[in-house]
Amino acid sequence: MEKLPFERPFIKKLSSGMPSKFGIKMEFDPITEIDGFPVKDLIGQYGSPLFVLSESCIRKTYQEAYRVFSTRYPKVQFAWSYKTNYLDAVCRVYHQEGAWAEVVSGFEYDKALANGVDGKFIIFNGPDKSKGDLEKAVRNDSLIHIDHFDELYTLMEVGDQLKKKPKVAIRVNMDTGIYPMWDRFGFNYENGEAWDAINRIMMAGKFDLSGLHTHIGTYILSASAYQVAASKLAELAVGLERKYDHSIRYIDLGGGFASQNTLKGAYLPGSDTVPSFDEYADAITSGLINSQIKPTNMPVLILETGRALIDDAGYLAGTVLANKRLADGRRSTILDIGVNLLFTSFWYEHQITPAQPFSQHTEETAIYGPLCMNIDVLRENVVFPLLKKGDHVVVSRIGAYNMTQWLQFITYRPNVVLIDPENKTHIIREHETLKIFETLEKIPDHLKTINL
Amino acid sequence: MKLKKNIAISESGFIFDPNTGESFSINPIGAEIIGIMKLGKSTDEIQSSILDKYDVDAASFEKYYYDFLNMLKQYNLVEEDE
Repeated sequence: MEKLPFERPFIKKLSSGMPSKFGIKMEFDPITEIDGFPVKDLIGQYGSPLFVLSESCIRKTYQEAYRVFSTRYPKVQFAWSYKTNYLDAVCRVYHQEGAWAEVVSGFEYDKALANGVDGKFIIFNGPDKSKGDLEKAVRNDSLIHIDHFDELYTLMEVGDQLKKKPKVAIRVNMDTGIYPMWDRFGFNYENGEAWDAINRIMMAGKFDLSGLHTHIGTYILSASAYQVAASKLAELAVGLERKYDHSIRYIDLGGGFASQNTLKGAYLPGSDTVPSFDEYADAITSGLINSQIKPTNMPVLILETGRALIDDAGYLAGTVLANKRLADGRRSTILDIGVNLLFTSFWYEHQITPAQPFSQHTEETAIYGPLCMNIDVLRENVVFPLLKKGDHVVVSRIGAYNMTQWLQFITYRPNVVLIDPENKTHIIREHETLKIFETLEKIPDHLKTINL
Repeated sequence: MKLKKNIAISESGFIFDPNTGESFSINPIGAEIIGIMKLGKSTDEIQSSILDKYDVDAASFEKYYYDFLNMLKQYNLVEEDE
């Protein structure tokens, strides 16, 4: 006789009328496959934990975002934000779709060049650009977004040395009615610093002022803030035309669009509160179109959104290592996925889903990672189905920032697999080995032998 | 360890403790184990009964069984053998 499937015995106290601090009951299906591949097979082939990226999802989301903006505004250009995910294969998908590169360091700049991006399609942002980086960017005709006056003067020197006019934009920070207001990057709009920078650039006559840039923040839940930002940049552009008879070629609204992840402490899930691409596009394009910029001189609208383009395409599959009882009787489940791999778990309540069918029985559970560190908590309290050692789970919406901010801490970083639109899998980053770390370390002669 | 005598168990998987007025829900395997415990069977007998019927190895069952007993203890539904 065939035996019945086993589920571990379970008892739960019923407290009618009492609100549960552990949130709403989980009512969703298991994620047994990603783009048609069984999670069990992916883990069997490539190991656990495992990052999985869906190329189809990346392309679909990009095309949707492009469609939404380009149907509202005549000239739209996306630039892929390298820091969000700079695995070469990922960057190349965006470049194939038509996105330029947006980089914030010499390392990212070199990565973009190595990916075959022509220098004139690289936007160089950020406060840390060395003189060498700037020389390279000027030679390559890249778009350099000036962050502070020290950079402006270094760039002036570089331009003089190379006898070239650097193509620049200034980064402008501003009050768009949201909190927190980011004022650490660029020049402030309200106190006149932005105009001061524009005046120095225009009067020096040593720059080609190509654009104006702002990046109002991250995970912005209020689309209307972008309308304010677009209007303020448009006012600067109009002022430039009036005062210097100079038309800028582009306005760069940066990124900051939220993905549907739920922020820690949020009352409602992200899927209920996050604006759609349409809402962001309405706000931005109406800010530009309703401005005083002459219709014949409408600048290209550049967007550097990263998180909203890639978060949904990333999954992190893992395995249950153990179940334990905490002192208060609460259950804890230990996964082989820790905060070292899932950096975003510091600010998101990530959706963690079993990768095999589960019963309707759930238990209040703390989900921990494998690190021998108290900070390694993926979910403090979640109503979770009963999983056994060896069961698999999938963490969804992790495509942004985890594959760049991950830490090599206590254990190795695992394989990253891309599933292409023809449903073939490709390792796009190999798992680390001890050898990799040994090649970077040097042992002084007097420490070469130890006698215990 | 045995179940307290006056604990009421329904067929649909609910437990009522008249001493505290508290109710509990259990899954079918939990209900089955409690049913066998109520008959006064030993741990070995409970184990062999479950292993015969369900697809689980002895080591895994033991692990989950003791976890289950700890929860019964936590909820004050069992008493130590005299």
